[in-house]
Amino acid sequence: MTRALTIVVVEEDRDRAMSIVDALRDSGDHEVHVIGSVTGLARKIAAHAPDVVLIDIDNPTRDMLEELTLASGPLERPVAMFVSGEAGGLAGAAVEAGVSAYVVDGLHPARLKPVMDTAIARFRMMRQMRNELAETRRALEERKVIDRAKGLLMKAKGIDEDAAYALLRKTAMDQGRRVADVAEALVTASGLLR
Amino acid sequence: MKPVTVPVAFVPLLDAAPLVIAQEMGFAEAEGIALDLIPAPSWSSVRDMLAFGRVDAAHLLSPVPVAMAMGLGGVRQPVSAVSVLSVNGNVICVSRALEDRLRDAGYGFDFADPQRAAAALAAAGGDRIVFGVPFPFSMHVELLRYWIEGTALAGAQIEIRTVPPPLMAQAMAEGDLDAFCVGEPWGSVAVDAGAGALLLPGRAIWAFAPEKVLAVRTDWAETEPHLLGRLMRAVWKAGQWLSQPGSRTAAAEILSRSAWLDMPSELVDRALSGRFTLSGRAEQRQVDGFVGFHRGAATFPWRSQARWIARRLAHRHGLPAGPAEDAAAAVFRSDLYRLHLAGTDADLPGASAKIEGTIRHPMAVASRKGQMTLLPDAFFDGRIFDPDTAD
Repeated sequence: MTRALTIVVVEEDRDRAMSIVDALRDSGDHEVHVIGSVTGLARKIAAHAPDVVLIDIDNPTRDMLEELTLASGPLERPVAMFVSGEAGGLAGAAVEAGVSAYVVDGLHPARLKPVMDTAIARFRMMRQMRNELAETRRALEERKVIDRAKGLLMKAKGIDEDAAYALLRKTAMDQGRRVADVAEALVTASGLLR
Repeated sequence: MKPVTVPVAFVPLLDAAPLVIAQEMGFAEAEGIALDLIPAPSWSSVRDMLAFGRVDAAHLLSPVPVAMAMGLGGVRQPVSAVSVLSVNGNVICVSRALEDRLRDAGYGFDFADPQRAAAALAAAGGDRIVFGVPFPFSMHVELLRYWIEGTALAGAQIEIRTVPPPLMAQAMAEGDLDAFCVGEPWGSVAVDAGAGALLLPGRAIWAFAPEKVLAVRTDWAETEPHLLGRLMRAVWKAGQWLSQPGSRTAAAEILSRSAWLDMPSELVDRALSGRFTLSGRAEQRQVDGFVGFHRGAATFPWRSQARWIARRLAHRHGLPAGPAEDAAAAVFRSDLYRLHLAGTDADLPGASAKIEGTIRHPMAVASRKGQMTLLPDAFFDGRIFDPDTAD
């Protein structure tokens, strides 16, 4: 029997980190470590002598990991950015899901696959949640701007809320723009005129 | 006709200017393309987006394609540097603590003399000096090491660490770094944040260092030659526009927008004008040619530049220099540059390699149209690099 894989997850957000760790532990008998703070990142990772390092593709501290890929770097066995080859389309799926994996030289693809499948699924889910959150925030932001624009119109033209909204919608339709964009232009312009 | 969209990855830095300007000033549109410029949070991210086909072209550190050709680093995908996007543009910055010690020792912060700066730093730096750089394969590392080797710093204990530029000022404040080498505007950002003082511009070490390149996947260059040509011409014209003195204010304003650098245009303008504020004491210094996008055949990918980078990397990583240099020279695509810019006003040098470091004053050389002017490319220590002789 081969020994358990040692996996390091680099993630500052504690909840996200735990979610990844739980998923990985469920998928097999792995030793999983989380590194939260980025100071001296490469050395901290090297101390665990990991087989696999997982990090969010958008994490700006990723460049600190590049040293791990060098033979002269802090690790005994250099890691390579996980690329396709034998592991098939996994790399592309990983990039799409937003996870980058650094895998130690010579690790057998069959041992890697379950880890990657799990990581990809989990990161994909987290990315989706993040997108939904961003979408919700944006919608809230837009609603606020539209409310302000309605208020401006009501005051300037002495009309009620429904009429103000109808006017915004009609202007947007006539100009082929979004209501939120028309509202924003109005709020900006009224700020300038004040 | 609807323009063809070309996705391009970039890191929000001053030297992404040719890409931003190509899109914003209509040079891309004139070539029938639209650049979908995708900001990346790290250089590994830019490289991976390019290698895995998320984008077709990228703003990349000039040593990255060389390192990839040598098999160094995490990704092995053939990538070509089809033109140089910018020469120079880096600064070395020291922490407030070091700044104070340097001043106490009588150092005048001339922002010009690498020997004097190194001597002062070696005397004031203590047992060990930790430098931050943005990426292990970068002109920042090469300039720092070249400077350290040839000065009083050669005897000092030096460590070079990778730290993302937006985190450098903080790392310095926390005592993890004593100094760093970064591309603008991050040096000026650190000065304005009260985190440190500027010590040297990169060009004081090498007067004509290829900083960023326009990189594409080699297979994409072969399958999409027409698209590549349009992209290269649009970017070349943007560089030409940027080199005109009258463009400076507009360029600073455009780059400062939230979609690009998202910083005050005054900060962006310091590198474009070469007028720097060195420290919290509001000392000003002027650096001519701080960053170049066009003049002196700045965008020509000299094979000798690639060989210089490769020889340095090979020595440091214990690889044979000969094969490394040959592999590097093959990824700086002066052939594609000649092919795709043939139809423009771009003048093309007669040779594709030069002896680096010999030019001390603007010099006329043979070119396609007769002759063209190359700008000073000297190293601070007066050494030269002859690509035809083994080191």
